[in-house]
Amino acid sequence: MNFEWPYKNEFYETEYLECDVLVLGGGLAGCNAAIAAARRGKRVILVEKGATERSGAAGTGFDHWESACTNPCSLVTPKEIAEAYVDEQCGYSNGPAHYIECREGYDRLCDIESFGGKIRDTDDEFAGAAFRDEKTKLLFAYDYKNRFTIRVWGSTFKPALYRELLRLGVRVYDRVEATKLLTVTENGKKRAVGACGMNVRTGKFYVFAAKSTVLAMSRPARIWLFSPDMVGLSEFRPTQSIGSGHAMGYRAGMEFTMMEKSVKGEFSAAGRSFPPYGTGNNHNTWYAATMVDARGVEIPYVDRDGNELKTVLERYMPAPGQKFFLKGGVIDDPKYEYRGPETLPFDELIKRGYELPFYADLSRMPDEERHAIWGLMVGEEGKTKIPIYENYTERGFDPTRHRLQSYGTGWQSASFLPQERQLFGAPGGIWHDWDLKTNIDGVYAAGDQLFASDCAGFACATGYYAGRKASAAADTTDILPVSADEIDEERERLYAPMYSRGGMDWRELNMAIAKAMQNYCGGVKCDALLREGLDLLADFEKNALPEITCKNPHELMRTHEVADILTVSELIMHACMARRSSSVPLCFERTDCGGAVDPECDRRFITVRKENGKIVEGSHPLDVFGDLESEYEKRNADYIESEQKGDYRKNER
Amino acid sequence: MNDKMINLTAETVPCHTRPIIIDAEKCVGCLRCVNVCQVDVLLPPPNGEKAPVAAYPGECWYCGACVMACGTGAIKLRHPLMNRARFVER
Ligand SMILES: Cc1cc2nc3c(=O)[nH]c(=O)nc-3n(C[C@H](O)[C@H](O)[C@H](O)COP(=O)(O)OP(=O)(O)OC[C@H]3O[C@@H](n4cnc5c(N)ncnc54)[C@H](O)[C@@H]3O)c2cc1C
Repeated sequence: MNFEWPYKNEFYETEYLECDVLVLGGGLAGCNAAIAAARRGKRVILVEKGATERSGAAGTGFDHWESACTNPCSLVTPKEIAEAYVDEQCGYSNGPAHYIECREGYDRLCDIESFGGKIRDTDDEFAGAAFRDEKTKLLFAYDYKNRFTIRVWGSTFKPALYRELLRLGVRVYDRVEATKLLTVTENGKKRAVGACGMNVRTGKFYVFAAKSTVLAMSRPARIWLFSPDMVGLSEFRPTQSIGSGHAMGYRAGMEFTMMEKSVKGEFSAAGRSFPPYGTGNNHNTWYAATMVDARGVEIPYVDRDGNELKTVLERYMPAPGQKFFLKGGVIDDPKYEYRGPETLPFDELIKRGYELPFYADLSRMPDEERHAIWGLMVGEEGKTKIPIYENYTERGFDPTRHRLQSYGTGWQSASFLPQERQLFGAPGGIWHDWDLKTNIDGVYAAGDQLFASDCAGFACATGYYAGRKASAAADTTDILPVSADEIDEERERLYAPMYSRGGMDWRELNMAIAKAMQNYCGGVKCDALLREGLDLLADFEKNALPEITCKNPHELMRTHEVADILTVSELIMHACMARRSSSVPLCFERTDCGGAVDPECDRRFITVRKENGKIVEGSHPLDVFGDLESEYEKRNADYIESEQKGDYRKNER
Repeated sequence: MNDKMINLTAETVPCHTRPIIIDAEKCVGCLRCVNVCQVDVLLPPPNGEKAPVAAYPGECWYCGACVMACGTGAIKLRHPLMNRARFVER
């Protein structure tokens, strides 16, 4: 069907706006950053490419909140859990951000509850359940003894945050994609003075001048995995989030770390996998579902020492002699110290005569456990409420009567090729200091844009923290003039594809990049391959990108996504070049390093950035952030003194 | 270059699946779904019609926000056939 573009044509209209704190990206991290700044009396602008009410990875929900170590029922400390996460990832983790999550995450949950989000079982649906605290009505997941992961009604969160933004007077610019950081050089050092953006429905151009800026635009995607037919199913995170925050940062000279880390694909429902949480399994949302084999024989759970567990409740308890165990988004195959109960490995099951296919059989679980998995968790997890919970129910699925099939041999129900990669499981991102400030003055980062990020609690806590630090920075500076030339150049770059007569569809280039990345930056790396790959990307940039033709602002948005994917791919290849040996924790394999795996000299955060067209490599020791607790406390006495006691919530409600 | 040179048009870009199906009888034309979709899969209908157009179905990431926002139950969101996991009587 052909028709007229239904929105206004605002190409060449430019709006100039000013604020103290500019937040780019309105997911969980961006919303919390904006709220922190607005609570401090700052004039805040939030720029969101979609619609803030339901945008981002958690737009329609998420089911569990990790590392809420300060909730009243928790038996673990922020220090214990943050340090465990860092140790679990062999040091390639984001210590400060994890500590912030562990220390402040529960404050954010209480905030969100005060905005109207549902975080506890106020309807007494689960009264008496082993995972419920009767006094606070909080529901816990995974480790029922230590109680630091909370089951939540995540589908209520984004609308509640959005209402709060409006109530606080944050100016929200929905349907505007941020495209460029505006910087000046002061005393030889870069400093951001704002950003440019474009309305993705009308083409209108924006210039946001700001004293400080928070980047919260999530992480790159569609780098190796792309389906031109089912674009939106190619990846785990939303179609909108492809790493433009990384791309604009890299172009402005921002420093990144761990970008050489990518994992063999885990979720791509356009191809090898099923919709997340839509098959029988016993991980994450489905932990600790009862699994059976083709004959209906139950698959045993064992503790970390291999002892078979007899009851369902034992699956939620640490092993004898173990203080706590870790489960959640990035915990795949944890070290002995943190390993929780798990079903026997596949090879062992086959040896013992278990037969494929396996199924999740919730009918064998106590009512409240079944209802917690299928009703609450599968109902509230990211994009499960409608496409899984409602659709499967419509198809007749009844967890008291049916078993849901599992595919292949693992919990992901999918088997990807080594070159089909994804930025998943705490990948790289923006390098920052203890204030979550980037190497560019005035620019802070939060959520999935940070290196080694992983979850909703991490996003909310780091978002709020970055908003706080960005507010403090705004107090010490003025709005600086933005360069007219820089703005004109950006407008021209943005609009150029509207004039192109090349006739190429944006998907063709995205597909070509994905193939190039699989070929030149796939399961194994070496310099010769990477150099070829960089050469090809440069060729795409010069010769293919200008060929893309657009009919309207929507296609223009997608075209710029591909331009950003191209930039991020280049960043990834340079990061791979910068790491000289293979690394197990970074899932990084080189063929031209004489077999060196994690040698002492390379056990460091390696960073890359671009300066005047040249790549600048750097590195930091893995313990560069120091003792997490004391370093945090040194810098956050104000928060601990006043806000951690809930001052804002009390004053406002 | 100036805005006069930019003429905006749209066309539905089909893909092999139909994630979003809107029941035109039930739709009241409030456009809540259009305005909540973060991917901008839906466009307001051309003149005279009520139901939005699923212009970019291939870009849908299947979050369900449109269905959740619809006050009249007019929207069905379904994964491609290949993505519907099997279940069996126990
Ligand atoms: C299916 C699914 C299930 C999950 N389940 C859980 C769970 O149960 N528990 C848990 O803890 N975590 C879960 N996660 C992870 C968690 O949702 C994310 O880590 C978290 O939401 C990240 O927040 P964020 O604000 O950093 O990014 P997002 O929430 O993704 O927000 C990024 C925002 O930036 C916007 N944006 C992107 N580019 C631009 C641009 N150029 N200009 C302006 N805006 C832009 C996007 O539109 C988006 O709204 C899940 C994720 C998914 C996808």
